[in-house]
Amino acid sequence: MAEAPRMPIESGVPEMDNYLHPVLKKNYGAWSWHERPRPGVLHHVAKSGDDIWTVRAGTQRQMDVYTIRKLADIADEFAEGHVRFTIRSNIEFMVSKESMVQPLIDKLNSEGFPIGGTGPSVSMVSHTQGWLHCDIPGTDASGAVKALMDELHTEFTSEEMPNRVHITTSCCQINCGGQGDIAINIQHTKPPKIDHTQVANVCERPSVVARCPVAAIRPAMVNGKPSLEVDEKKCICCGACFPPCPPMQINDPEHSKFAIWVGGKNSNARSKPTFHKLVAAGVPNNPPRWPEVSDVVLKILNAYKGDAKDWERIGEWAERIGWPRFFEKTGLPFTKYHIDNWRGSRNTLNASTHIRF
Amino acid sequence: MAKPMYDTPMLDQLESGPWPSFVTGLKRLAKDNDMMVDLMGQLETSYETRKGYWKGGTVGVIGYGGGIIPRFTELKGEDGKPKFPEAAEFHTLRVMPPPGMHYDTGTLRKFCDIWEKYGSGLIAFHGQSGDIMFQGCSTDNVQPAFDEINEMGFDLGGAGPAVRTGMSCVGAARCEQSCVDEGRTMRTLVNNALDDMHRPALPYKFKYKVSGCPNDCMNSVQRADLATIGTWRDDMKVDQGEVKAFVADKGRKYVIDNVITRCPTQALSLNDDDTLAVDNRNCVRCMHCINVMTKALSPGDDKGVTLLCGGKRTLKIGDLMGTVIVPFHKMESDEDFEWLEELATEILDFFAENALEHERTGEMIERIGLTNFLEGVGLEIDPNMIAQPRMNPYVRTDGWEEEAAKWNERQAAQ
Repeated sequence: MAEAPRMPIESGVPEMDNYLHPVLKKNYGAWSWHERPRPGVLHHVAKSGDDIWTVRAGTQRQMDVYTIRKLADIADEFAEGHVRFTIRSNIEFMVSKESMVQPLIDKLNSEGFPIGGTGPSVSMVSHTQGWLHCDIPGTDASGAVKALMDELHTEFTSEEMPNRVHITTSCCQINCGGQGDIAINIQHTKPPKIDHTQVANVCERPSVVARCPVAAIRPAMVNGKPSLEVDEKKCICCGACFPPCPPMQINDPEHSKFAIWVGGKNSNARSKPTFHKLVAAGVPNNPPRWPEVSDVVLKILNAYKGDAKDWERIGEWAERIGWPRFFEKTGLPFTKYHIDNWRGSRNTLNASTHIRF
Repeated sequence: MAKPMYDTPMLDQLESGPWPSFVTGLKRLAKDNDMMVDLMGQLETSYETRKGYWKGGTVGVIGYGGGIIPRFTELKGEDGKPKFPEAAEFHTLRVMPPPGMHYDTGTLRKFCDIWEKYGSGLIAFHGQSGDIMFQGCSTDNVQPAFDEINEMGFDLGGAGPAVRTGMSCVGAARCEQSCVDEGRTMRTLVNNALDDMHRPALPYKFKYKVSGCPNDCMNSVQRADLATIGTWRDDMKVDQGEVKAFVADKGRKYVIDNVITRCPTQALSLNDDDTLAVDNRNCVRCMHCINVMTKALSPGDDKGVTLLCGGKRTLKIGDLMGTVIVPFHKMESDEDFEWLEELATEILDFFAENALEHERTGEMIERIGLTNFLEGVGLEIDPNMIAQPRMNPYVRTDGWEEEAAKWNERQAAQ
């Protein structure tokens, strides 16, 4: 008789205690205050009087084992053997002595890891998988982010923005990259091209019909085979039909463009959380370095940096100066596509005489 | 030595520039790893044609129905054979990190050894849901790779219509603004729902995220079906000596422009003696002044959580923020955590039974109305759940007296 298969140990999320830096473990829940002595470094002081310095470095997120081992070597030799990662894929090294900070920074810099991403800086772009691993990508993620972070390197390593800037990228309109101060997302501009020979084989047609936000898809017989058809006048090119039915080919090397959105904010600080808003579209999907994307992002960042008040996030700045001024200051064209026509959209219109001249 | 590398002129352009290059990492792996050689061949093709070439499928480990993201190449020659056969299977294992994504170097090295042995050698720290993503594994190697990772004390995360991997901020481990034990809260929520994580059978995904304070560093309000955010209900703490020191250092104008006038409810005032007056009854715990004056100001002592339900991104009906379903609950005693576990189970069960296929909680609540949802999960209504009362008169109010009596009764009981 065959050996019984190994069943999984359904352990779930592990306890963090085994992985915590000892100073963090000792002072868990008992911290007093913090400061940022320089960009990329945090200094936290516990109620016990203990100190911990954190050095934050940017990574490429998709890391080879040699890079990870190198980071582990640095953590062992120049720090105290414990690291953590931020939500934006930055690595943090914790040390209990201030004297360890500079040698650690020097070592990380010499190995090519930028120090920064704290306070009013542009932190690492949070991103998705793209061509490397996703089954429905309109573009790559790691490459677009690498190219953009090359441009934003000094904004990562300095704290010269009015407030923190969180950028995200997404390879389709599902937007796995998430909300951001600036979000760079694929925006399809043409309805899907349907591979009618495949629909009946690989798609559960009723669920594809149900997936469409505008009821533009209906079952149809095409060339004697059960398939689907799209009312192209109704179609909003969102791509929602593609994941459940890959023959609904939405990705198009020419017509899948980038759209840029600004003003997403998850924090409750000052204003309530907000979603990002469309400011630019039709930006070409141009590997390997997507220069047109960087161009729009830099325009927005430069206008924000020059005009916003301290602590204002991009969305708060745009709300204060007004959206007409945002388009004026960034030089981005304002088009009919900026005016929402989805349900509830009247709430986004100016129902007042509040107008700046 | 691996097979020879393909020319990758497009990817090569991503090796220059100051930011760390993933392409350099891929190339290093490709020196000893045929899968990486072929992966680079396919990726370069994507860069040339601007098309993706992966499709999903069914790959799993024994005992689980989810947690592996299967990828099979669709880039095939005219003979129907994969153009890059060594990377024809390139699956990902989603593995849940400890809360706060803390590691000792020994653990990182073990991950590397396992992944060098069974996979491509490429690991992402972390995916957007918060998983460690072990990327690039053949179908045959998924099980042994998982077995070794599992023996280390790590478990697969969620994928598909299932409870997904949770996230919690660094919180109490290193942040003075923490108002709750984020790690314990996240583990309570996720580890109570492992069956719905490992055996996907929900209408659609369900996400838990935990932030220790209203800065919401985990971005839970915009993307979690159940966002648990730390807060406090007594007065925030003011060290007036440190306030004076801050004013002396930065100047009155800076403090007025960057602290006092930035309070969303005008609850702050700078006194003539450079101390701070706080109207705590009107403080909405936004965190701004505490973020600016980290040494002088801090959250109060009577800490707990606010729960918000229904956050999600666009598809299908549009973006939805999570909205308040519990304005405040203590989160200290074992009973508090049991309460949270029971409520989360109620919500998950209600979602499983009432959501339509591919509908998130936010969409379900939009469809059935918040009051029906609250009744379904056994929560009382509260004016903190709304931004404003209804504006439209299309409502039947013939149960008014009964409802008003309920409110008065609850007020009297407090």
